[in-house]
Amino acid sequence: MGKNNAGFLWLLKMALRDGKASYGKLLLFVFSITLGVAAVVSVHSFSRLLKENIALQSKSLLGADYVIESDRPVNDKVQGIMDSLGGSDAKEINFLSMAAFPGNNGTKLMEVRGVEGGFPFYGDLETNPSSAKTSFKAGGALVDATTMLQLNLKKGDSIKLGAVTLPIAGALENVPGSTSVFGAIAPPVLIPFQFIETTGLVQTGSRIEYKYYFKADEGQDMALLNEKVEPVLDAEDADLDTHLSEARRLGRRYENFGKFLNLVGFIALLLGCVGIASGMGIYVQMKVKSIAVLKCLGASKKQSYLIFFVQIACMGIVGGLLGTIIGYGLQQLFPVLLGDLIPVEVDIALSLQSIVLGLSLGLAMSVLFALYPLMKTLYVSPLQALRVVQETQTRSKRATLLVGFGIISFVFGFSYWLLDDLLRSFFFVVGLLVVFLILTAVARLFMALLKRFFPYSWGFVPRQSLKNLFRPQNQTLVLVLSIGIGTFLISTLYFTKDMLLEKAAIEDSANSANMILMDIQSQQVEDVSNTIEASGMPVIDKISIVTMRVETLNGKHVEDIRKDTTSQVGRWILNHEFRVTYRDSLIGSEKVIEGKWVNNFNSDMDIPISVSSDFANMAKVTIGDPVSFNVQGRIMNTVVQSIREVDWSRLQPNFSVVFPSGVLESAPQFSVMTLRTPNDDSSAKLQQKLVSDFPNVSILDLKRILELLEDILAKIGWIINFMAFFSIFVGVAVLMGAIYSSKHQRVKQGALLRTLGAKTFQILKMIAIEYTILGFLGAFMGVVLAVLGSTLLAWMLFDTTFVPSVIPFAIILPAITFLVFALGVGNSVGIVRNSPLAVLKKEKE
Amino acid sequence: MSKILKVQNLSKTYRSGEHDLNVLNNVSFDVDKGQSFAIVGPSGSGKTTLLGLCAGLDTTDDGEIWLCGESLSGLDEDGRAVLRNQNVGFVFQDFQLLPTLTALENVIVPLELRGVKNASDHGRELLEKVGLLNRAEHYPSQLSGGEQQRVALARAFSNKPSILFADEPTGNLDDDTGARIEELLFELNKEQGTALVIVTHDLELAKKTDKSIRLRSGKIEETIG
Repeated sequence: MGKNNAGFLWLLKMALRDGKASYGKLLLFVFSITLGVAAVVSVHSFSRLLKENIALQSKSLLGADYVIESDRPVNDKVQGIMDSLGGSDAKEINFLSMAAFPGNNGTKLMEVRGVEGGFPFYGDLETNPSSAKTSFKAGGALVDATTMLQLNLKKGDSIKLGAVTLPIAGALENVPGSTSVFGAIAPPVLIPFQFIETTGLVQTGSRIEYKYYFKADEGQDMALLNEKVEPVLDAEDADLDTHLSEARRLGRRYENFGKFLNLVGFIALLLGCVGIASGMGIYVQMKVKSIAVLKCLGASKKQSYLIFFVQIACMGIVGGLLGTIIGYGLQQLFPVLLGDLIPVEVDIALSLQSIVLGLSLGLAMSVLFALYPLMKTLYVSPLQALRVVQETQTRSKRATLLVGFGIISFVFGFSYWLLDDLLRSFFFVVGLLVVFLILTAVARLFMALLKRFFPYSWGFVPRQSLKNLFRPQNQTLVLVLSIGIGTFLISTLYFTKDMLLEKAAIEDSANSANMILMDIQSQQVEDVSNTIEASGMPVIDKISIVTMRVETLNGKHVEDIRKDTTSQVGRWILNHEFRVTYRDSLIGSEKVIEGKWVNNFNSDMDIPISVSSDFANMAKVTIGDPVSFNVQGRIMNTVVQSIREVDWSRLQPNFSVVFPSGVLESAPQFSVMTLRTPNDDSSAKLQQKLVSDFPNVSILDLKRILELLEDILAKIGWIINFMAFFSIFVGVAVLMGAIYSSKHQRVKQGALLRTLGAKTFQILKMIAIEYTILGFLGAFMGVVLAVLGSTLLAWMLFDTTFVPSVIPFAIILPAITFLVFALGVGNSVGIVRNSPLAVLKKEKE
Repeated sequence: MSKILKVQNLSKTYRSGEHDLNVLNNVSFDVDKGQSFAIVGPSGSGKTTLLGLCAGLDTTDDGEIWLCGESLSGLDEDGRAVLRNQNVGFVFQDFQLLPTLTALENVIVPLELRGVKNASDHGRELLEKVGLLNRAEHYPSQLSGGEQQRVALARAFSNKPSILFADEPTGNLDDDTGARIEELLFELNKEQGTALVIVTHDLELAKKTDKSIRLRSGKIEETIG
């Protein structure tokens, strides 16, 4: 027997004919894909554009082609290298310092940048008035525009930096090399280079950066330059930054955030696909008779399967295309939501890559997830056209496994493409599977328990509602899955944000510090302390700091370690000038995880020190290993006696290396003091007094930093919540699709019940109870999973005990339950709108 | 006269819950080309099962069926589908029009499956023949029961079948409409030389056929003609 002659065109025609009549149902499926694709495309495209724009504007961000920088004055060797490169075209010294504004008694921690030469060579020094960008060189200061607004300063007012008082030449709106996030803590002030020396602020302890800007010749290979010069500079504690490496560094910073958002978007898409799979199941069930008739008329199994396959593929393409367009629109919101967190202006454009991504995602995901429900068409017997047939054939196990494997492989492959990390992709897929499996298990268990312990004694309405939860073609599983995952995401994000803020927050107790004074010279300690106490505030802590560099590790000199290409010791250990303290006890943010803590030491033997676990990891040292330090020319031999785990996220001074008491007391040192100010007013007054008496002392107002952190987290949280809400939107689309798909059955059931005497109100009440239970079960499981997930995060990542906030339980849970209830009831009003006679008559026809 | 359908020692058992239900038991008969043939019997006597098996919609447990010279047991599901498409027409009690296709589209599906060119023109001719050309673009839900069955007739005859199976073709229609459908059915049967196999409760309709069998409890109780 030959084959029938209908080709692909006929399949397409049939798919379109059938699709035209099932327009409403298919539209809801398309909607689910559209939202998911929009989420992925918007994030992916924006991340890519941001990276591209950073690369394009890298020279403007750096202000030059490349920069050589060091945290101490350059030595002859570095000078020689710079000379061989044709000499620097501009130079800069920068450090943090308190600035005083004598006109209004204001003070502020600022990033003082003394510049000379034609800096910036790229990008613009944007000032107000614009003439100020050149006029300040004659002896004025350009002060950060926001600071000028905050402190009510105007052109011509004075700024006092250490021993120098300069007139403000104008407001600094933009300067290459200053980031807006850091700028919020210490905003920039630009002064001519020659005034730096006279400020008197370049002293021991000050964190000073020396920068030399270079303009490259046309076509000069930056990568080659980096390769040649960087190792030599590295050995001399200097660094080369090219505009390319700057772009890469900045790009990486935003990449991780982008990857995370991409995953959130991808989860929204997955949810949409779960909706498609479930909706398709109901759709195919409704088409069983038609499929049987087609088979009676001579259509093969493959043809009847392909008709619906083509429909799904078309829906995927349409959904992908619409999603891409919506994603393009959404991207426009990101710069608004992220505000000054992004370093460059991003030109939003619709790229071919985004279109291809959107279309292929829409197509691949919808087809993959529809394959399983579509398999049912293969097993529809043509006999169904004549009479009801009990299904005897089940789906082939091999095909089911293949589809499952295809879905998992695709999800894994796509995650890997997004994350570029095998292990993380693996954990993402496993985590997702676990959440899916738990929610599925809970939904199934709930249905089984309901069946097993069905409350037969309850009234008619609640009994009918509960029966709807486990009747054939029920929506319990798909709704618990989609609502559960959406709520899980939103709640987890909420808990994580809470944890981050909790970690950073200063405990609001009388003993905790909210202000840190830095760079206090030894001879100033007494006076500063007296000034603070005279203002009626106690000094909480005085911490002495000695700067030193690592000289040898396990007997090997840092020079030799640098030359050893096989060495795994981190560059940071070899190059960094460590700020080391000494004390006789541990503080709250650290705990000894290996070895023994030594309080005091008074011997000629090697000094027993304590290092942080990060130091030990990077320096490849463990207990008993010798380390020697160069303390301003003098070598001190030490031995690692204990390793501490330090919680760096606490807003308080923490140290990589701690000496015991009795060793460093006489070394050249400076101090840090912490104190607590009762209110903003006394804080401002104390700052004014300190800046006028001790201009070299920098003041960090922790309250301000915390506010800033909250602001940043709020902005990031906004965009994360925005993406997480997409999961809920998709859940809503899935819910509406599910309601719509089963509407026919519900309309009939409603009409029959009304014929038998049920009131409209009773039917609506039935529906309301059903959806409230579904909404609550899904949302509750979502929050519970979020608590479990966050506890795991707290334990593995944040190393803290997690105490869940009540917000997800008190607000998110009821809100989502209500949303599901309202949508369920709202969409079901149609069930009771038609008269029972009309429904049953239509049914008969 | 050559046989268009030959059924020999046919048996079929279905599983119903815990029990096996013997629906057909050793049934044999044959139908000549162009002949009209009726299968009558009370509800549950196995009429519809027999029709389904004869049309290759299900497989037999025992016995053999030859349809249009082909042994059905030698064909797989798709092979039987092709055989139906090329040789068989169907009329169902509840019309079974595809609800998402218009009247015209329903009529031309068998033609399109055969790859016939200008299927629409041919479909319109058929609709004209059943008096529904003006309803060509209507969906089944927009047609009355009688109209739907006329569309189903046009579809059944669209591929000029050698044999047409009709399952209670007038069962869901009032007397007048039913009579008109019967008339049309026999008219097309004569015009195209199509053999007609009708399952019916209606003894009056059975009397109009050339030959009939009466089934009871899965067995042939009586053969008439």
